[in-house]
Amino acid sequence: MFQWIHKYGSPRYFYGFSRRLTPWLGAITALLLAVGTYWGLVVAPADYQQGDSYRIIFIHVPAAWMSMFVYMVMAVSGIITLVWRMKVAEAMMRASAPLGASFTFLALVTGSLWGKPMWGTYWVWDARLTSELILLFLYLGFIALQSAIEDRRTAARAGAVLALVGVVNIPIIHYSVEWWSTLHQGPTVTKFDAPSISMGMLIPLLIMATGFTLYFFTVAFKRVRVEILESEAGSSWVRELADEKGN
Amino acid sequence: MGRAFATILARDLTLALRHRSELGNPLMFFIVVVTLFPLALGPEQDILTRVAPGIIWVAALLAATLSMDGMFRSDFEDGSLEQMLLSPHPPALLVVAKVLAHWLVTGLPLILISPLLALFLHLPLEALPVLLATLALGTPVLSMVGAIGVALTVGLRRGGLLLTLLVLPLYIPVLIFAAGAVDNAAAGLPVAGQLYFLAALLVLALTLAPLATAAALRISVA
Repeated sequence: MFQWIHKYGSPRYFYGFSRRLTPWLGAITALLLAVGTYWGLVVAPADYQQGDSYRIIFIHVPAAWMSMFVYMVMAVSGIITLVWRMKVAEAMMRASAPLGASFTFLALVTGSLWGKPMWGTYWVWDARLTSELILLFLYLGFIALQSAIEDRRTAARAGAVLALVGVVNIPIIHYSVEWWSTLHQGPTVTKFDAPSISMGMLIPLLIMATGFTLYFFTVAFKRVRVEILESEAGSSWVRELADEKGN
Repeated sequence: MGRAFATILARDLTLALRHRSELGNPLMFFIVVVTLFPLALGPEQDILTRVAPGIIWVAALLAATLSMDGMFRSDFEDGSLEQMLLSPHPPALLVVAKVLAHWLVTGLPLILISPLLALFLHLPLEALPVLLATLALGTPVLSMVGAIGVALTVGLRRGGLLLTLLVLPLYIPVLIFAAGAVDNAAAGLPVAGQLYFLAALLVLALTLAPLATAAALRISVA
């Protein structure tokens, strides 16, 4: 187990390993997204209340799930960065932030597009929307910190502290926002809490969610490889790699 | 350990008092920002009463963030921060001493001036004790959480704006509970729940934030 971690934890092995893995991941991602999109948009039954406009959830819900999942990936990579100083974990954390921010943004945009026909407004200060917006701010703050610190390793460790502070705060923010808006707005519409979603809708939703997750790993691994190449630019194996490519 | 704490506290307080011209700046900022709102919203008493808790708390948040930037800066620049981290005393303890000194200089005056601002904004008198209580519980949290952000950005030349980006989202729970409590008090509703939450946040910040700040300082100074 530890040997395995040491082997794949080193930037060089991770580079080779992820380069072989990514094409497969990418292919499965494309397949899942294609099947999920077709199933969700064409095959799945229309909702008896919302008609066809509910179909945006096949994008919206996976994006919202991913926005939180990616933050957890960042936090776990942050712990590994601070405790074991693993370069791959540093790269993973830095690679995840823009992706997480994009998923958050996508969830917010699709949510407000869905909100217009359903709630009659693009934006309400609903608990979920607000905490998702704050999550976007946290991602943007992390990215800003990364670009402000020049030394890569210092930036990664500072980012790790920030990611962990954020993780402590996310549940606090989540519940405070929830109590705040229930106090002031009366009961808000809870959308997806109802477990009574039909199988014909649930299966494509899960396919889309898996597709989104694999998409994240495909792109994150690609970004990690770029990070590794940049930070290891002086090492002999990267030079050899460059020579190979050159010939 | 207690002596190291007391020494740093006394040193920071002396330093602050020697810079008397800068001492009042956060307070002035706080008052000026609050003054801007009636000018922007119009002088109607009902509107001001309604928005007063939010205005006072947002102004407190901004004043805290802006004054925070200097918390470790001069020590970082002249190298004394490095010496403190090298000393045998636990860095988290030194952080608490510095944050306490900072709060005494910037947070406490804010609390003392707030009755005047409440008067400006026509906040009902019954809400005043609650406003003071939320400020007393909330501003130390702002200082503790802000210290993490300051420690992360202290090595950067223009860290001020970045600092606000990093810490303001983390301040949102304090803002929500504090403004909510004052709001409820103004409407004659019970406020114990929100005050308990603020107290819980204070305990959480006191226990965890110094550790995170110390870790961040180590990263910035190294």
